[in-house]
Amino acid sequence: MTDLPRSQHIVASGLVAAVGIWVAYVSYTSEPARAFLFPRIISTVFVALALWTFGKALLGRTKVGIGLTASAVANILPGLVVSLVFVFWAADGLGFYTASAITFFILLSLYDPAPHHEVKSWIKRAIITAGFVVVMYLLFAMLLNVFTPREILF
Amino acid sequence: MEFLAYFGEVFTPINFGLLLIGTIGGLILGATPGLSPTMAVALLIPFTFKLDATQGLILLGAAYTSTVAGGAVSAILLKIPGAPANIATTLDGHAMARKGQGARALQLSFVASAIGGVFGVLLLIFLTPILAQWALAFGPSHLFWLAILGVTVIGSLDSSSVVKGLLAGCIGLWLSTIGFDDIMGAQRFIFHSSVSGGINVIPALIGLFAIPQVISMFAKGRRSLDAEVLTVESHPIGEAIREVFRRSRALTIGTLTGSVIGLIPGVGGQIAGLVAYDQSRKMSSEREKFGTGHSEGVIAAESANNAMVGPSLVPLLTLSIPGSPTAAVLLGGLLIHGIFPGSDLFDNYPDVAWTFINSMLIGQILMCIFGLYVAGLAAKVARVPNAVMAAIVLGLAVFGSYSVQHSMGDVYVMMALGTGMFFLERFGFSAAPLVLGLILGPIAEANFIQGAMIANATSSIGEYFFTGLLNLVLIGTVVASIVYSIWMELRSRRYTTKEDAVAKEEATP
Repeated sequence: MTDLPRSQHIVASGLVAAVGIWVAYVSYTSEPARAFLFPRIISTVFVALALWTFGKALLGRTKVGIGLTASAVANILPGLVVSLVFVFWAADGLGFYTASAITFFILLSLYDPAPHHEVKSWIKRAIITAGFVVVMYLLFAMLLNVFTPREILF
Repeated sequence: MEFLAYFGEVFTPINFGLLLIGTIGGLILGATPGLSPTMAVALLIPFTFKLDATQGLILLGAAYTSTVAGGAVSAILLKIPGAPANIATTLDGHAMARKGQGARALQLSFVASAIGGVFGVLLLIFLTPILAQWALAFGPSHLFWLAILGVTVIGSLDSSSVVKGLLAGCIGLWLSTIGFDDIMGAQRFIFHSSVSGGINVIPALIGLFAIPQVISMFAKGRRSLDAEVLTVESHPIGEAIREVFRRSRALTIGTLTGSVIGLIPGVGGQIAGLVAYDQSRKMSSEREKFGTGHSEGVIAAESANNAMVGPSLVPLLTLSIPGSPTAAVLLGGLLIHGIFPGSDLFDNYPDVAWTFINSMLIGQILMCIFGLYVAGLAAKVARVPNAVMAAIVLGLAVFGSYSVQHSMGDVYVMMALGTGMFFLERFGFSAAPLVLGLILGPIAEANFIQGAMIANATSSIGEYFFTGLLNLVLIGTVVASIVYSIWMELRSRRYTTKEDAVAKEEATP
């Protein structure tokens, strides 16, 4: 058994089991049945394995998985929120390059070990961000001709 | 000897230029901790859209080969394996570097990698056409079982828990059924407009391999990399080459072990390196020197992990069953160019197949030559702060996913799958079986439906899928792989997963 609280494993395996049950429910109730023949086989095995895993978690017999510590969650959360906002809103709303530049700079500010009180650190971050955006533009817009959503600034 | 006819193709200016870019870039990417070969190849796929199939595969193949070898640089100089395949290299490689023999260790590592790699590619050259002919005898039921075998072998052998590995495979198989059914046109599991056309493999691969790494880098917080980069003094290369051949036992064990392990679907390079290291130590007359900076340790580990590369592509090119996550990514690279590997690959696209394989052979030599020069630069790149690396990988993942179909839906799918995979990995699930399920799902379903139709017209489904020598052999192999893994798990003597191995390595003083 890992040192993690049993509740974390129960929640994780419970969520996987819930997805499995939903897949099985849809597979066995949707029409036409022939289109769901293969999903039915998969979902049966899926549910069986998921319930086995859930049962082991309930009994506290889970042996693998390092889970999430409070400090890891605290470290992950700001970066994850910024990344999710970037992908699910800013990239389309502000434009890829504008959103990338803002996200890149925020992530550097959040995780770069260089001291925040030094002006030099901020200049370095700004230069790295600008370099990144230029390289991405050259690679994707110029080299690969990828047309990204319209930028809000230009 | 058909492959000789296509050797000239490797040396056209564009092909050779791409081979050089892939090799040098791969060496640098490989040296960067956190950038695995699979992730590096997945992130490179969008850059192959503008290339033809041969050029794209040359770039991806060169990156695959050299990221595995490049991982030795940070393993030796920083004591951080650049890739899971280089875990065994740290044991003696870093000890040698600490003694002031960093250049010697790097030279031994690249020379052994090249020899192992060349042997592995030769195996690929000579085995693939034979197996491709044999594969012509495969019918729908056999291909169905082969696809299932691909998922179960990786699910059971590549995961820290057999049940969770197989469960991840099931999740991948389910994801592959999302979208419209090919035969009836029915909508299946379309819970959001982003997945109405099904899940595109390339954004899924990028998300599943890149995003968990990005979030893992976030998890480390504002920590600076404490690893000390050891300096590399000059060392005569001729002496290193002579030493590799003088240590022929370690070289032979490493090369043979890597080649055999590479042929088994699901067994990765980290296992090849560790098994070869262990066997070499057991058979050595100087076994007490292992772990203290013994050259045999480096030679065995590095020859094994590069010898594994060629044979790991044999199931992909002959049976269209990717035997490893990186091979699955290469399959994605083939599919975007409309090429489906399998028994007729060498009949329909001999120029693509042979030029790609030949380029891997030449790539091994280039990797050895450039590795020695790039090592110093690669070690510096390996010290790039996590924050910069995470932001770069996130940016590449977003732009790369979008460029596949110019669709924001693909970007959403990439991010959702990647974030979900990070949390699943934290609870013992592995991305490899999920990816294999996602890629092999359509193959399994198409052959299952085709087999069921044949069975309805001739016999029963049970008789069609569960009788016949080949079916029974394949079913037996599926069962054997699961039973073996459970047995090893119960005995707690399984080979370590990459996470376990990295954790153990980091814990070693």
